[in-house]
Order: sequence, then C-alpha cells, then structure tokens
Amino acid sequence: MVLTRSFQKLNEEKVFKDPVHRYIHVRDRLIWDLIGTPEFQRLRRIRQLGTTFLTFHGAEHSRFGHSLGVYEIARRVIDIFKYRNHWDDSETMIALCAALLHDVGHGPFSHSFEKVFGTNHEEYTQKIILGDTEIHRLLEEQGEGFAGKVADVIGKTYPNRLVVSLISSQIDADRMDYLLRDAYFTGVSYGHFDMERIWRVMRTQDDQIVFKFSGMHAVEDYIMSRYQMYWQVYFHPVTRSAEVILTQILHRAKVLYHEGFHFKYAPHPLIKIFKGEMTLKDYLKLDESVILYFFQAWQEEKDPILSDLCFRFMNRRLFKYVEFTPSLIESKDQLAGAFRDAGIDPDYYLEADSSSNSPYDLYRPGEEGERQPIQLLMPDGTLHELSQESDVVGSITGMRRTDVKLYYPKDRVFDLPEHSPYRERIQEILGI
Amino acid sequence: MLEDHAKIAALIDQTGGISGRKKLQKAVYIFQRLGYPFQQIFHFHFSGPYSEELSVQLEELCDFGFLIEDREDRNEEEETCFYRLSEAGEGFLTHYKNVLPTVRRLTEQVMNQNTWFLEAVAILLYFDYLPRIEAIEKAKALNNESVGENLEHVLAFIDELHMLQSIEMPVSQ
Repeated sequence: MVLTRSFQKLNEEKVFKDPVHRYIHVRDRLIWDLIGTPEFQRLRRIRQLGTTFLTFHGAEHSRFGHSLGVYEIARRVIDIFKYRNHWDDSETMIALCAALLHDVGHGPFSHSFEKVFGTNHEEYTQKIILGDTEIHRLLEEQGEGFAGKVADVIGKTYPNRLVVSLISSQIDADRMDYLLRDAYFTGVSYGHFDMERIWRVMRTQDDQIVFKFSGMHAVEDYIMSRYQMYWQVYFHPVTRSAEVILTQILHRAKVLYHEGFHFKYAPHPLIKIFKGEMTLKDYLKLDESVILYFFQAWQEEKDPILSDLCFRFMNRRLFKYVEFTPSLIESKDQLAGAFRDAGIDPDYYLEADSSSNSPYDLYRPGEEGERQPIQLLMPDGTLHELSQESDVVGSITGMRRTDVKLYYPKDRVFDLPEHSPYRERIQEILGI
Repeated sequence: MLEDHAKIAALIDQTGGISGRKKLQKAVYIFQRLGYPFQQIFHFHFSGPYSEELSVQLEELCDFGFLIEDREDRNEEEETCFYRLSEAGEGFLTHYKNVLPTVRRLTEQVMNQNTWFLEAVAILLYFDYLPRIEAIEKAKALNNESVGENLEHVLAFIDELHMLQSIEMPVSQ
C-alpha cells in the first residue's frame, strides 16, 4: 500500500545540537512528537554502551542520542537519494520513523538482561511500536497500518528492501552513527571514517545499496573503523569482565528470589520479571537508574555472593581473565571442583565469555547468500564484493579471529593461604 | 560454560555432519522452534532467519579444533563447507552429557531435506505468529522463491514436524 497522505510539517524547524552530526534537524510534526513520548525519552536513561564506561570513562552517551543520530543519517541519505531520483518519497516517513525508533525496545544493560531473563530488545521494540503506547497511538494517527509498516522495516520483513537496507545492512545508518558516536565519546581515534564521502558514493541498484568503485577507499576506511572499534572497544576484556559480573548479579538476585530470600532492599520493579510475568508497562519502568540503585543497595545484603558481586561492580573490582584454550576447556570440571573446594562458588565466580556473546559483528564477505555483502559498482556496471577488490578488507576478512576468555576473581584466589592445595591446583590449571 | 557451543557440536555429532552453513542456520532455527534447547537469537536476513551468534559459535568450535571444516566445491562459483566433529570435539562433548535431546525421527526428518527446502520451512515458521494465509503472503511479498514454488509440500512438512514433535517431545524443554 502506498501512503499518499502528506505528513504535517512543523511551523519552524527544530534542531538538536549534536557532537557527531553538529545538528539534528526535525521538520516533521510526527518525528517531533515521537521524540517527546515517554517511551522515547526513557532512552536518555539507558547508556548506549552498557558497561563500557568502566573501561572508557567518557562512554556515558545514551541510546537517545544514538537514535536521533540514526534518524539524522537516514534523513540526509534519503535527501541524497531523492536528489538522484532513486527514492520513492512515499516511503520517507516510514523510513525516518523506523530510523528514530529502531532501538526503542532496549532495556538497561540490555545484553546481560537478555541473557538472564530471556528477553529480547527487538521483540520489545515491536511491542512498543504495536502495543498500548503513546508511540503506537501517534503512528496509527498517520493511517491504519502505518505502525505495522514501521515495525516491519525494523524487523527487516518490509517488502521494500532498499528501505530496510538503509536501517539494517552492512553499511547502514545505525552502524554509521554508533561507530562515530562511540569513537567520539570513548576518545578512540581509530573509529573515525569519512561518512559524507560514503554517502556521496552510495547508489541504489535494484533493491540494494551499493557503492561506486571510485569510493572504495572510504568504504575501506569504514570497515577498518568497524574492525578497530570491535576489538579495541566493544570487545575490550575489561568491559566484558564487567558484563560478566553484571550478568551474575542479575542471575543471583533471580535465584535468591526464587529461594524465598528475604531481601533488605526488595527489588519490586524486578519481581515480575523474576516470575516471568513482566508486562510491557513493567518493562518500560526499567532503566539504568533503577538497576544501579539496587546494585548500590544490595552491597548491604546478607547474601555474601550478591553483596560481593555488587561491591565489585560498583567499585570496579572486576574479574581477571585467561584465554580459554582447548586444554583449559578439557580441565574446566576440575577447575570448577577446585573453586568449590576453596569455598568460591564456580557458578558465579567462573565464567567463559566468547566473541559470539558480543552484540556487535565484524564484516565478513557473505555467507552463502545469508547476509548481503558490501557491493562495489564497477565502471562497467557489474557488482563486485568489496573484499575481492580491496586488499585491506580482503586481509582482515580472510583472517578468522575469535576470542574466548575465562573470567575469575584473581583476588579471591590469591587471598587463599599460600600453600593451600586448592590454590595451588587453581593456579596450576589456570597457569597463573 | 560453552553450553551453546556444546549443543551445536552435539547436533553435528548426532547427524554425522552438516553440509553448509546455511543448512545449519535453517536447521537450528527449525529445531529451536520445535522446542530443542537452542538459545541463539535469530533475525530475518536475506534468505530468512539467521543468527550471527550461531555463525560465530561455529567458527569458535572450528578454531578450538572441535569441528573439522571440509571445503566442498559445488561448482566454479559456489563453495560450501562440510562440518563434522573431530576427535577433540568428541572429547569436548564428554563434558556435556545430554545437552541436546536425542530425538531421532524429528532430527532425521529435518536433516534429510535440502537447504533450499529448509529455507522455505524456516521462513514460514518465522511468520507463524500470523494466520497461515497472511504468513504465506508475507513470505511471498519478500520475494522468496523457495516458499512460492514448493508451498504445499512445505506446509505439509511443517504439519508433519509438529505432529512428530507432539509424539517425541511432548513436554517443552
């Protein structure tokens, strides 16, 4: 269905001053109203990078800023496509709303939260857009089925693949914003790339976004930036250590609840999720302020595991790590036994974390037609996959690099008596 | 620790090996929908449900030496890989008893299908929260040829899987 209604414009353009894009421009009433909804404003209270602030102290930026950034990139790219007559204008508002709302379902410390409670931020994004929310009411005022279309774009099941590609592909508005934004706030200089140059060399071909061969080096720059950000920031071992502890805190709190533990500071906002009964309304009440309040308070709980883990997180006394090699995997049961004998519960104090746990992904050329690779538009009109033309990209994508680490509390191990047989066994197995 | 990796290794062990990452992706998705304890999150990609997590876990298993990846050249343009458990992988699995249910008929039914067919099955299962007619329309609207050309057979197969699931896995995992 082509939407032919014209969307109301604001009397005067609104702007947000933004460190990455300089200004974010809002000219549409719908976009302005969506930004003002409680569901969207909540994103101000959820950090974009979760626990990364414990490694890079500048990483305090929020999902609110990132969502505005993605909207702004989408807006500018659409303008470029319209100028070249490569865009169906009836899709513009759907695309802009999808860009703005693509992360609205994220919760506090999403990654850990989802691991422990089995939630899925993408499902919550769909629920917020389609459920009993102010966002849904605003979208449906634009026409019946409009909210569903926005949800479909975000869910990657919208029939117009070009619109989907703008928000979700190997070079999309989402990735372009978070790479630059995260590099800016962490202070990491190797995360920068020439985004405007990439826009200039973007073309549409059938239902996909491709890049002129002459702009290959800008795309290479982006791929290198993604690579560096992944290994230097997103997959930083200290950040992962904090993530492991955070996960264990939530896990422990859930276990204690089910055991009937009498909390000094009862986690009322979390009880429904412990019971598996959480509604959308309950979910929307959660943000980092709520979670961190309980982490701070639980340092005083009688349960030594919960209080210790919370102390570690709040005071940055994080787990150390070793590489989780096949020989260590072979000894993992013995290691867990040694921990238990030493009075250190391995269920909470011994945890593996792998690259598969990261919500970020490296560029890989393609996987039997599963993921669209980055295509270069050659001068003769043919399409060539990026790594086939670029030595730089070819070398990093051809190299498989995975990373699995085993996290443990080194301080607890070395607090054991020096000649304790358990300490010696642990040290021997871990090679420390 | 590494339970998700162990489940993938166990599946490959049970089936004697899997040809192609795409087949693995679609099979794991279908098994997950049938109640097998796979935890990976899937999103809709170019050819239906796909999990980045699963893809990386497969690579990690290969890097650990627990899986052997044999490259097969189907033709000049297409290359795929056959994944089988190594001896080290068999040792790895000894630490994870009963990580995956042994549900022979259901597993065989899925693994005996070709990749293209499993793609169609996975796509329709992805949309099964919709009434069937809407799910089919949605899949076709995404221009998926595999769904359009074999629809009757795909639908019958899904019904058969659910029937086998109710017999072989009566309690959800």
